[in-house]
Parts: sequence; structure tokens; C-alpha cells
Amino acid sequence: MQYEMEDLTMTKVQSNPGPLAQEIHDRLESALTPITLEVINDSASHAGHSGDDGSGESHFTVVVESASFAGQSRLQRQRLVNTALGDIPGQRVHALAIKTYAPGEYRREGS
Amino acid sequence: MAEIKERLSGIVAKDDVVLFMKGTPLFPQCGFSSRAIAILDHCGVAYESVDVLQDMEIRQGIKSFSDWPTIPQLYVKGEFVGGSDIMMEMFEAGELQELMAEKKVAPASDSSQRSTSHD
Repeated sequence: MQYEMEDLTMTKVQSNPGPLAQEIHDRLESALTPITLEVINDSASHAGHSGDDGSGESHFTVVVESASFAGQSRLQRQRLVNTALGDIPGQRVHALAIKTYAPGEYRREGS
Repeated sequence: MAEIKERLSGIVAKDDVVLFMKGTPLFPQCGFSSRAIAILDHCGVAYESVDVLQDMEIRQGIKSFSDWPTIPQLYVKGEFVGGSDIMMEMFEAGELQELMAEKKVAPASDSSQRSTSHD
């Protein structure tokens, strides 16, 4: 039951992404051809805190499962993500959490 | 540009563990920096922190120095380890503690921990 609810939330987020979420998605999609790609907008839970610029697109978590990460260190993996995202991390979003997985490493919570 | 590089080289060489962060260990100004401090405290190692908000030259310079776009940034024995996502993953896997032991990093003492000197 809990898993279904999580799934529902995820679908809602992904079916109606803002322009920045869409750009993050597209950049990662084309650079890393991910098996799993989730761009989660955490901004609502930070509304009114420092870093909330009112855009509703200030805080993100990305989950990327890609063959590009196989045999790469944590540092190398995140560098690949940062390179793909260009000026987004550190400049255009206030907060970006990055989770990287090589094929087979990713286990959905609840499954 | 060459000067800031030299300055940063000096900072990361001076102490075993250096965290570039927003704010201070007692008053972190960002959730990721706060998490990085909590992780280092859990590791029980002595560390030096540098508040990038107090120094624009460092704030900009550290990004190209490490080729890393975000703050916080952790250095151990002069070597770039990563940001808070990597610190958390390594900590949860026990790898950060291993790294600290491997590199023979000094344990925290009451006086060295939570030091905020930066000038």
C-alpha cells in the first residue's frame, strides 16, 4: 500500500514538471541514456526557507541509473552528472541532491 | 587566478581534513553543509572549516580548483573527496571512516573540533 502511494506521488511529479525539472530531465536523458531517471522536485517542502526563490523549482533530487556509471567511482559518477547539467548545479538551483547507480545497483524502496 | 589557486592549495594542505562550507559548524547556512558537519562529527575526526560566504574569492575559486560546482566540499590530506551526497554515501557504507583511518587523520579533541578559524 505504501509503495503504491509513493508511486502515485512520483507519477504526479513527473507528469507535470516545471521547465527547470524538464531541462534537468532532458539533459540527463541525452547525456547518460539512463535506465532509470527520476527528477524529484523537493521545493514545496522548503517553501519559505532560505533558498526558496518563489519559482517552485529551487530544490531537486535526481536519481540516475545508467550504464555510464559502471566501474566509475562515486566522484567520477557525480562529475558525469554535473557535466551533463552544465550551469544548473550551484547556479540555477539552490539545492540538488544526486543519487547515482550503475545497472543493477538500484533498488526501489518498498520493493 | 594563480594566486587563489595557491591560496587554496595552502588551505587544503594545512589541515588533514578541510570542509569548505556555507556558514560555520555551529551555524551552518545550508542543509547540505549542516549534513556534512554532522557526518564529520560522527566520524570523530578533527577538521578545519572554511566559510565560503565570508570570502568571495574562495567561494568562486574553490569551484574551479576542485572542478566541482557546489558547496560543501571535503578535502582529506589535500585530496578532494566530494560533496555532501558522496560524504553521506561513503559514511553509510563505512568508507569515509575507513578513509580517515587509512589516511591516519587525527581524532577530534574538544579544542580542535568545531573550530571555525578562517581569515
